[in-house]
Amino acid sequence: MKILNILISAFRALQRNKMRSFLTMLGIIIGVAAVIAMLAIGQGAQYSVEQQISSLGTNVLIVYPGSQNTGGIKGGAGTNTTLTEDDCIAIQRECPAVGLISPGTRAGGQIIAGNMNWATGIEGTGSDYLEIRKWGIEYGDFYTDADIKAAAKVCVLGKTVADALFPDGSPVGQTVRIRNVPCKVLGVLTKKGQNAMGQDQDDVVLAPWTTVKRRLTWFPYLRQILVSATSPGNIPVAQTQITELLRMRHKIAPYDADDFSIRNQADLANAATATTQILTILLASIASVSLLVGGIGIMNIMLVSVTERTREIGIRMSVGARSRDILMQFLIEALVLSLLGGITGILLGVGGSGAISSLAKWPTIITFFSILLSFGFSIAIGIFFGFYPARKAAMLNPIDALRYE
Amino acid sequence: MIGRDEPAPAPTSDGQLIQIDHLVKTYLLGEVEVHALRGVTLGIRRGEFVAIMGASGSGKSTFMNILGCLDKPTKGTYILDGIDVSRLTRDELAHIRNSKLGFVFQGFNLLSRTSAIENVELPLLYGTSSIRDREERAVKALNMVGLGDRVHHYPNQLSGGQQQRVAIARALVNDPSIVLADEPTGNLDSRTSVEVMGIFQELNEKGITIILVTHEPDIAQFAKRHIIFRDGRIKSDRINSSPKLAAEVISELPAVDQEEPV
Ligand SMILES: Nc1ncnc2c1ncn2[C@@H]1O[C@H](COP(=O)(O)OP(=O)(O)O)[C@@H](O)[C@H]1O
Ligand SMILES: [Mg+2]
Repeated sequence: MKILNILISAFRALQRNKMRSFLTMLGIIIGVAAVIAMLAIGQGAQYSVEQQISSLGTNVLIVYPGSQNTGGIKGGAGTNTTLTEDDCIAIQRECPAVGLISPGTRAGGQIIAGNMNWATGIEGTGSDYLEIRKWGIEYGDFYTDADIKAAAKVCVLGKTVADALFPDGSPVGQTVRIRNVPCKVLGVLTKKGQNAMGQDQDDVVLAPWTTVKRRLTWFPYLRQILVSATSPGNIPVAQTQITELLRMRHKIAPYDADDFSIRNQADLANAATATTQILTILLASIASVSLLVGGIGIMNIMLVSVTERTREIGIRMSVGARSRDILMQFLIEALVLSLLGGITGILLGVGGSGAISSLAKWPTIITFFSILLSFGFSIAIGIFFGFYPARKAAMLNPIDALRYE
Repeated sequence: MIGRDEPAPAPTSDGQLIQIDHLVKTYLLGEVEVHALRGVTLGIRRGEFVAIMGASGSGKSTFMNILGCLDKPTKGTYILDGIDVSRLTRDELAHIRNSKLGFVFQGFNLLSRTSAIENVELPLLYGTSSIRDREERAVKALNMVGLGDRVHHYPNQLSGGQQQRVAIARALVNDPSIVLADEPTGNLDSRTSVEVMGIFQELNEKGITIILVTHEPDIAQFAKRHIIFRDGRIKSDRINSSPKLAAEVISELPAVDQEEPV
């Protein structure tokens, strides 16, 4: 029997039971729409993470004290006392691929302004920090090299901190007390939003690294060194130069491990996208469960249909239908159900994703791949779940089918 | 062996369209064996018009189903047009049903919610003909049974006699060499029955072999040969030397209102 004839009779058969056909398709429609929407949400999240990461500056390298193992940075006592100011000066002087550099120290603490207070992290940085991180000052000024040399009691507030401590007025020129050290507020940073890990990057206070070291923590070593390569393409070169220099300076024997580690934004980006990819896959897998349920619905209805139409099968066989004609007929019916459901589901999923992004302000991205995937999925489900009922019909004995009451 | 009280064509192997030898069909109903056919030997030549009669349960339908390649015998051989049917595969049997055989059943067995012409086209769907060819042949077959004006009617818009004629048209559409009819008039009133027999006689005139099951002696009178079954065996097999002509019988029947669609 020709495929066109089978298609026509499949459509007829489905038309005869419109409501039932629709309800059967509904399982697939919902499943496919869910898969499309979940993939769109996941991929939207992935995209915005990538955007945020590249906004950090793509040619940034961070040198941490302590050696690196596969899992990341090894913690523990003694490992964080390897980076010094002299290392910093040496890198600046001897690594040509390095552009800007900012030593980093860190303290946690309570910030008090008048009767307001706020607990946050205090980052001690160099004067080039903002340029390296491609960050800006919303109003006021940043501290200068002179402030750093003098370990001046000055600071710059992140947007969140500024809003929390000075809800009504400008903090510039005011004095805040950081762990009881009064510091003059020079400026407020522009809003940066959340980072890839979901932390609020504006919940921070920046101060000269010397101030943090000498007035807050009295910890003589550096927590990190932030470096920008002269160009994104120079990141590996800068990394090699810094590694060689620091190994030499720290007198590390040829086969011993580094006592520091260098990470770049690409690594961070990879880690973050891996996370959102897992999220995407997870969402899509949950959604495909409903697709599976839809497939079982198709199988169920096809089995009912085969039983109901046993006599029809017998009549067709009596006039010369072969097993494979009957098989194809029911398989194609199942396929038409799942394909129509799939296409409707794709439309619904695309529409639904649009609604999500415009109503919930959630970024969604629909890729050709996700449409192709859902389409392929619904074909596969039609064939997989249609095959058993179709085979059952095809294997009927002509005379038994004809005599079926 | 088989009781035969009247002379009948001897089942010789040459010139026979159908050659049946010691056909046995045993159904297994749980533990119980039902002997539907207990050894039937029979030959039918091309162009015969055979009526098979016998009490209910004597094995007539079972025999017809095997003749129609819808069922397989438990034992014995069945040679159809020189082909040993008992050795064929499912698909080969389907091909034989499609190309050589036409069926007419007591209950019409039309596809519901499917128009007359589509029902008639059904066998052609499983052959090789084109859409245009199909339509032409289906219309021709419907014309032949006098339903040229009911082509697009649905079974539920046709009377019993008209439905049976659609079924006959469907049996004819592939130019079969044999038409098998299992109690085709069982659900019809007597006048309509005679009309249907008239169609069979016409077909037989054209050389198509007709094998018909009936329990009504009136209906059997239109056939040229009578075979009577009893308990799964042939009880008698004889030539009807003076078959009635359906056309004549109809003209003698009192005139009734023409059948109208329901
Ligand atoms: N599918 C079946 N399973 C079991 N027994 C059957 C089946 N078909 C027919 N029979 C039995 O076989 C015998 C012959 O039946 P059948 O050929 O239908 O007789 P007829 O058509 O002459 O009335 C009956 O006893 C009937 O009960
Ligand atoms: Mg019967």
